[in-house]
Amino acid sequence: MIPRALGKRIMGIKFEMLSPDEVRRMSAIKVITADTYDDDGFPIEMGLMDSHMGVIEPGLRCKTCGGRVDDCPGHFGHIDLAMPVIHVGYVKDIKRLLQSTCRECGRLLMTKDQIDEAQRLRREMDELGGDTTDFDMLTKRTAKDASLKTICPYCGAEQMKITLDKPSTFRENGHKLTPKEVRERLERISGPNPKTSMVNPQEDLEIMGINPQVARPEWMVLTALPVPPVTVRPSITLESGDRSEDDLTHKLVDVLRINQRLRENRDAGAPQLIVEDLWELLQYHVTTYFDNQTSGIPPARHRSGRPLKTLVQRLKGKEGRFRSNLSGKRVNFSARTVISPDPWLSINEVGIPVEAARELTIPIRVTAANLDYVKALVKRGTEPVDEDGNYLPGVNYVIRGDGRRIKMTTKNAEATSEILEIGQIVERQLLDGDIVLFNRQPSLHRMSMMAHRVRIMRHKTFRFNLCVCPPYNADFDGDEMNLHVLQGLEAIAEGEILMLVQENILSPRFGGPVMGAIHDHVTGIFMLTYRDPKFTREQAMEIVNRLGTGIVLPKPKTIDGKEYFSGKALFSLALPDDLTISYKASICEKCDSCKKEDCKYDAWVKIEDGELLMGTMDAKGIGAFKGKILDKIARDKGTTAAREFLEVATKLSIGAIMVRGFTTSIDDEDIPLQARKDIKKMLDDAISDVEKKVRAYNEGKLDQMPGRSMEETLEVEVMKILGKARDETGKKAGEYLGIENSAVVMARSGARGSMMNLSQMAGCIGQQAVRGERLKRGYDDRTLPHFAPGDKGAAAKGFVTACYKSGLSPTEYFFHSMGGREGLVDTAVRTSRSGYMQRRLINALEDLRVMPDGTVRNTAGTIIQFKFGEDGIDPTRSIQGKAVDLDDILTDVLGEEPEPGDDDREIIGYGEQEHDTEIEPDEAIEVEEEGGGGDYEGGGSGGGEG
Amino acid sequence: MVEFNVLEHELVPSHELLTPKEAEAMLKRYGITKDQLPKIRVNDPCIAALIDAGKDIKEGQIVKITRASEVAGVSVAYRLVVTA
Ligand SMILES: [Mg+2]
Ligand SMILES: [Zn+2]
Ligand SMILES: [Zn+2]
Ligand SMILES: [Zn+2]
Repeated sequence: MIPRALGKRIMGIKFEMLSPDEVRRMSAIKVITADTYDDDGFPIEMGLMDSHMGVIEPGLRCKTCGGRVDDCPGHFGHIDLAMPVIHVGYVKDIKRLLQSTCRECGRLLMTKDQIDEAQRLRREMDELGGDTTDFDMLTKRTAKDASLKTICPYCGAEQMKITLDKPSTFRENGHKLTPKEVRERLERISGPNPKTSMVNPQEDLEIMGINPQVARPEWMVLTALPVPPVTVRPSITLESGDRSEDDLTHKLVDVLRINQRLRENRDAGAPQLIVEDLWELLQYHVTTYFDNQTSGIPPARHRSGRPLKTLVQRLKGKEGRFRSNLSGKRVNFSARTVISPDPWLSINEVGIPVEAARELTIPIRVTAANLDYVKALVKRGTEPVDEDGNYLPGVNYVIRGDGRRIKMTTKNAEATSEILEIGQIVERQLLDGDIVLFNRQPSLHRMSMMAHRVRIMRHKTFRFNLCVCPPYNADFDGDEMNLHVLQGLEAIAEGEILMLVQENILSPRFGGPVMGAIHDHVTGIFMLTYRDPKFTREQAMEIVNRLGTGIVLPKPKTIDGKEYFSGKALFSLALPDDLTISYKASICEKCDSCKKEDCKYDAWVKIEDGELLMGTMDAKGIGAFKGKILDKIARDKGTTAAREFLEVATKLSIGAIMVRGFTTSIDDEDIPLQARKDIKKMLDDAISDVEKKVRAYNEGKLDQMPGRSMEETLEVEVMKILGKARDETGKKAGEYLGIENSAVVMARSGARGSMMNLSQMAGCIGQQAVRGERLKRGYDDRTLPHFAPGDKGAAAKGFVTACYKSGLSPTEYFFHSMGGREGLVDTAVRTSRSGYMQRRLINALEDLRVMPDGTVRNTAGTIIQFKFGEDGIDPTRSIQGKAVDLDDILTDVLGEEPEPGDDDREIIGYGEQEHDTEIEPDEAIEVEEEGGGGDYEGGGSGGGEG
Repeated sequence: MVEFNVLEHELVPSHELLTPKEAEAMLKRYGITKDQLPKIRVNDPCIAALIDAGKDIKEGQIVKITRASEVAGVSVAYRLVVTA
């Protein structure tokens, strides 16, 4: 065992200011000339490309360390500035220091008591574990107090007003302070006091948030500028032979030129005005060298007009070093395109366009066993097709033993194939059945990246089975996805065993299926099984035909001399032979006492030995997140059986929906005139009830509720009345929306939409709310000028009596938009906040793993948890979080369902939860997931995707 | 002397000091050294309570924490006592 003590841990990283001394000490060369290369193309001594700062051309040696291009890390040089210059990064701190210290003696403008108090506050914060922001706030407060003093409490000097002229000009009562004067003042802080010829106390700096041990304020005004190594600003040679210098080099050239002219003019005793102009120019160049987007000054530009990319630009933003190079990296062997659905593919497959397949390769090593095969492959060239013009894989590169890559062309294919040797590597184009990783951002859980088998297809989109939409959270309104081709045998094996789609049907998040039937799949399976419909032989064949060959139709039944096939029997084709399960379907009416087998709604599902005896298939059986049958098969019979079941069931479902036909339109929400009148009456009654309450409130006759004010009491009462009214109208409308109605079929079977949505379309939309309260904001004492001030009635505070079908009145429409806006903002805020939270969690947990002994440890071997999750249970394999499902085991052993009491275990924690599907009154305005919310995405970063 | 023994609160799990022998066995069971254990400070209220109860606790000793777990019934963890 390697002693762990040998490893070194990083205790911390300190960020300090560089002193001019240190700049010079770490410098390998003093740069004095703005020239770079001589006529022969060699770096000029003491120039910007001096070889003391490292080398970028092969063959040359570094004059500092003697290393060649690959060994020399590069070394800093420096420029001695003729005159001091303000560092833009520190202007705020300089301003604060100037304002809070004496212009003459350099003391902090605070009395002894104030200083003691400030020190006490800092100490206290330290003890309570304040972070940098806390200290910053404290420093700012202290500085503010100090800068208010007009007379120095130590020397009595009168203080003047210091202002900052952005970006880096300081003024005192309007008179300009040169960087030199600024520097002199900073030197006096906790430094030599010209009045007392003593040293000012160190506390002054400490209170201002600067540690005098490591930093001096005058270092914020530069006298020496570090020149970064050549290796961080390499010049590139263009095809024409011209050299093109890095933006940083360009900027340093400017600095050096002006620095030189400034020195000459100053030494020659040139007029003050000229010197000052040059000084300001130097300041400009040094400022833009640090940050070329400093507000208040024009950015330095290339001759072409392109702004230069200087230090800050290299680091900042999405394209900066951190987000683009350190947190994220680009990879080869990947592809991205728009996605579209293909119900004919297996859930394990992904359809890949020929164009992409030709670019993506897999390396295969040539061995004695595959030599002939690989030779034939190479001979084909880069774009082979078979005699029908179908795709065949070709070879893009051959990598020889010495590591040289040979690019294949139609010309060299034959010859390369002849000289192919064992041990070489051939990069072969994709082939049906290859394992690739498929990913959709945001990658929020591990099912966001799964392994698929390749199917090379025509057309230019990636295609996959619709059952895989939920784990990726994908739809086809323009979504794009990424694909990565695995390059090693181990990676391919891991991908296939661990990441294949079927291996991820059960989610580790809640121990249930994340994949399954969606939308029309659910409607279709409902239509196939609800009240056991009859299908003719032709229809039955039509339904079954897409399952492929070898299907044996169930025995037909004969009624009135005609034979027909039962929908339930057709569905049973999908079930494994020995499956036994019973549960309440989605369409269950939730009767007070469930009649089970005698359910008159066909909602009690009973499957015995792979035969659907009664009940209706819907989302509860095979739907994503909810499918109980899917869950059971995946658990008991394995992932392959689960995949097969899902594929067969959805194909049957598509067959059924195609045979029957299915459509929905606005007249699905039609209700009889009498019902409309009834609803109007109910709403009118409710509104007058509200008015009565409001009147009682105004007269002070309302019975106050315990713990609430009169006003709150009124609100609660009103909300109760209106909520009840909305529910009743919904119920009334629902009476006319039977199961023969397409919209109702979708809602009840769990395919899409809810009865709540329907009742809002047919009945009444209900109360609009912001922050869970009736609308109240807008004008003084009223929401809109259409209402009297102080009106507390239903209409005036956002109760919408209309339904979506009848259309909203203008005021109602406005109120509805108010509620809708809250939904949009909520989603936008929620996603950004939860994203940040997730990133923090991932950063904290990413390198933890479960060891063979069941402990959870980090990379240092430190134990984080003594037993994974305290119980050592893999949530993927748990039964809704529990280790064993006793009921299920009993059913298996006894062959009879044990009486579960009446608690009827509902699946808890499943992806979609009760409150997700049943919309609360104030959430009633459904925020359309596609479109609507999209407007708030991305902060205008350009992408036009759905 | 503390006014209230935190260990008697129903939300505070039981803390027991391991004997050197027990500690040895535990470390061996997990195949770890002391530094790989989660830590607890000597001035932690629970440790203070143990000290008040007459235990002589120094840095480097190990306490066993037994808590009621929602998922596992009982769950056991160990912590190394470290300086404040
Ligand atoms: Mg989309
Ligand atoms: Zn070097
Ligand atoms: Zn003074
Ligand atoms: Zn029922």
